[in-house]
Amino acid sequence: MLIGVPRETAAGEKRVATVPEVVQKLVKLGFEVAVESGAGEAANFADEDYRAAGAEVLPSAAELWARADIIFKVRPATLEEVGMMREGATLVGFVWPAQNPELVQALQDRRATVLAIDCLPRQLSRAQKMDALTSMAGISGYRAVIEAANAFGRFFNGQITAAGKIPPAKVFIAGVGVAGLAAIGTAANLGAIVRANDTRAEVADQVVSLGGSFVKVDYEEEGSGGGGYAKVMSEGFQAAQREMYAREVKDADIVITTALIPGKPAPKLITADMVKTMKPGSVIVDLAAEQGGNCELTVPGEAVVRHGVTLVGYTDLVSRLAKQSSTLYSNNLLRLTEELCKAKDGNVVVNFEDDAIRGLTVVKAGELTWPAPPPKLPAAAARPKSDATPIAAPKGHGHGASEPMSVKSLATVFGVGAVLFLLVGLYAPISFLSHFTVFVLACFIGYMVVWNVTPSLHTPLMSVTNAISSIIAIGALVQVAPPLAAGASDRPGGLILFLAFFALALTAVNMFGGFAVTRRMLAMFRK
Amino acid sequence: MTSSMATVSYIGATILFILSLGGLAHPESARRGNLFGMIGMALAVIATVFGPQVSAGGIPWIIIALVIGAAVGLYAAKKVQMTQMPELVALMHSLVGLAACLVGYASYVDTATVFPTAAEKTIHEVEIYIGVFIGALTFSGSLIAFGKLSGKIGGKPLMLPARHMLNLVGVVLVFLLGRWFLNTHSTGAGMALLLVMTVIALLLGIHMVMAIGGADMPVVVSMLNSYSGWAAAATGFMLSNDLLIVVGALVGSSGAILSYIMCRAMNRNFISVIAGGFGTGGGTPSAAAGSGEPAGEVTPISAVDTAELLRDAKNVVIVPGYGMAVAQAQHVVCEIVNVLRQKGVLVRFAIHPVAGRMPGHMNVLLAEAKVPYDIVLEMDEINADFPDTDVAIVIGANDIVNPAAQEDPGSPIAGMPVLEVWKARTSIVMKRSMASGYAGVDNPLFYKENNRMLFGDARKMLDEVLGALTS
Repeated sequence: MLIGVPRETAAGEKRVATVPEVVQKLVKLGFEVAVESGAGEAANFADEDYRAAGAEVLPSAAELWARADIIFKVRPATLEEVGMMREGATLVGFVWPAQNPELVQALQDRRATVLAIDCLPRQLSRAQKMDALTSMAGISGYRAVIEAANAFGRFFNGQITAAGKIPPAKVFIAGVGVAGLAAIGTAANLGAIVRANDTRAEVADQVVSLGGSFVKVDYEEEGSGGGGYAKVMSEGFQAAQREMYAREVKDADIVITTALIPGKPAPKLITADMVKTMKPGSVIVDLAAEQGGNCELTVPGEAVVRHGVTLVGYTDLVSRLAKQSSTLYSNNLLRLTEELCKAKDGNVVVNFEDDAIRGLTVVKAGELTWPAPPPKLPAAAARPKSDATPIAAPKGHGHGASEPMSVKSLATVFGVGAVLFLLVGLYAPISFLSHFTVFVLACFIGYMVVWNVTPSLHTPLMSVTNAISSIIAIGALVQVAPPLAAGASDRPGGLILFLAFFALALTAVNMFGGFAVTRRMLAMFRK
Repeated sequence: MTSSMATVSYIGATILFILSLGGLAHPESARRGNLFGMIGMALAVIATVFGPQVSAGGIPWIIIALVIGAAVGLYAAKKVQMTQMPELVALMHSLVGLAACLVGYASYVDTATVFPTAAEKTIHEVEIYIGVFIGALTFSGSLIAFGKLSGKIGGKPLMLPARHMLNLVGVVLVFLLGRWFLNTHSTGAGMALLLVMTVIALLLGIHMVMAIGGADMPVVVSMLNSYSGWAAAATGFMLSNDLLIVVGALVGSSGAILSYIMCRAMNRNFISVIAGGFGTGGGTPSAAAGSGEPAGEVTPISAVDTAELLRDAKNVVIVPGYGMAVAQAQHVVCEIVNVLRQKGVLVRFAIHPVAGRMPGHMNVLLAEAKVPYDIVLEMDEINADFPDTDVAIVIGANDIVNPAAQEDPGSPIAGMPVLEVWKARTSIVMKRSMASGYAGVDNPLFYKENNRMLFGDARKMLDEVLGALTS
């Protein structure tokens, strides 16, 4: 099949969907590749490079769209482009179906198959290699720091020089998604003091691991929404958050905001009043500018100065690193193509059994398949905080319970069991069998229950089972002084009483001691 | 109380016991689980005492026995130190074993039970025989385990010549005596046979545990735990009591699973552990020597430098072992952890499943020192994090951090899952000397370039580290 890579037509877009390096790999997968002349120019890839990599270079967009079986795009296709598209072809790229209903309709009319890279189920770990949103966000986070450094009049790192002492720049990052994390890492590496905040408390460790420190909001609420995004928080929380932001923004030299809530305008985290409190010469980079901005004063697409503070609202940060972002993006598409073409024969198969593929398929052969049903994933995965314990336990130690035995060993176990049961069935009287039933079932219950015990509680488990095994006291109890039938006068009552009494005292030690010591141990397990 | 009332109380008790074990799935519910166990036990005892099988004349005796036992038991539970838990548990197993033995004897001499058929009488006698056998084995085995764990008996495995043969002869003898026992009709002769068998069982128990090395103790303790359960179950069959059968089976399978988990953690099979002695089969120590001594020099480090390393670290993992328990160092460790955590250092504990002398031993010690349990992680959870770790501190552990298990196929511990501390930027091993661990295997970790040795008593050294950290 022929993969077509047209030139991006959106204004200011410098990226290209496929770089020469990836062309080679696509050819190895059995595809032919055609590139529109000048497609990679803005990202510093010449037509010659594509030719050398094995692609055909076509002079006009119309010819490319008409011939290609599969189109690789970056930006959503325009209606005009869809008009040139071949009937029944496949389109891969950003689509944003929720924002672009007409586009989706037009594609349906073309009986196209559309794979929207923005609809990828990001929570699937298998899908991470195809996650273009993540790779692009990482780039914008990096570039945000570079833009900030460009607009900022001082060093990032603190220095003590002959010419005087330079304090390190203070950077505050609002919203610790992929972009935020990339920004933290970049700013910390430049030597700045980085502080960051996010409504999702679980990212605190990630912030620290990249060299930043996490700023908490003094309010109890967990902010994880589905799919790794944050959710809208309560009124009380927002008040506490505003207070914290006012404090942090005032203190910071550079503020980078990345807070987005899916399907909603970006939250206004930074008010005009907060901007006024900043030192002159400070910089705010607003990565949410395209969705309205996290700062009230942001002008999307421009860098402006308000109250002495530079507000960078560029919406094309990724495009400003065109070569890097094109390379990463085309690698994402390559991984996707590998998933689609498992046979490596140059044909794509849209397999709906595959959760990742199902998720990003918006239109299949003209039929709308969006939105996809949520992937078959344990609900716990969306809430990383609570899944840590329940999932870990069976994974690490549920071996006996969860991992199916091989057929051979299973057959052996069943065989041995059958022989044993046969013997018991042949020789045992009925009164024994009822006890035997109870015994076998109890073994199974024990087996099931004990596999669930967390390894850290193995010692308490032993001491509690030990205490419970003093149930043997019952045996001693019934022997101490059973009500005797009249005829049994030759019973050595004294001896039995002595034995039973002694046994009872021993088990009592065990019974009381065992439970008491377990209690003492368990009382120590504190979070 | 009628017989039916007693039975339903037993069912209630059974459910409570199952809930009790189920509760241990999480520290939070574990306390309630223990409470369920206590209620279940109280219910079972009361239902029996006031049930149809006990006449009023026996109640004073019962009360006296319970009071004596309770006093001793509660006193021991209060006094025992957490580092002595394995000993206490082993000692308690021996009590259950002995009790099972005694109940078996009492049941045998009791002529009040009448059997309708000969087959039922035979089955009853088989049950007594098995019950006494397991009871005696558990009793002597647990006593030896207690002796070894408390240091009263040396930890080295006792290797009698032809010991497998001895065990086999013992088991065959017990079997033959059993046939004889079933065919005698006078109580006197049967009693004598039972006594002979008990002696053999006691000797078997002693011999079996004597042959097991100190590092295999977690398996032994959990195995004895399992035996004490089976002893209770056998007693249940003997007395036709379903409650005893159920609880015995629960405890028995719990112990068996624990033994299995421990064995898997050491990559050894159960039979080889029970057969005793580390790597005795094919003269493995010589094979280890043949594979070459780890070359290189060890680099010592001082407590002050250790503190310096810790202060600069961002990510610290502590690997405790039996040495920490011996030195009673868990409280100092906890204080160091608190200091580091206040400085924003990420500190976590990595627990190998067989660290210590009992399953979960390290967790209990750390809990005693009030280390929050959410920073105490299992091997599987933390092994992947070592490459990102700045400093890994090994306190009194050896075999569980031995890279030879992965790198040297000829090593006696090859294939055993280990904590990969050598992947950390720096690893610090606290040891009293260069002696090897229980497995008798030299540890190439000590010679690694990124490893430092902090020689000395763990407690004293950690005190110095703490001092240097806080000053």
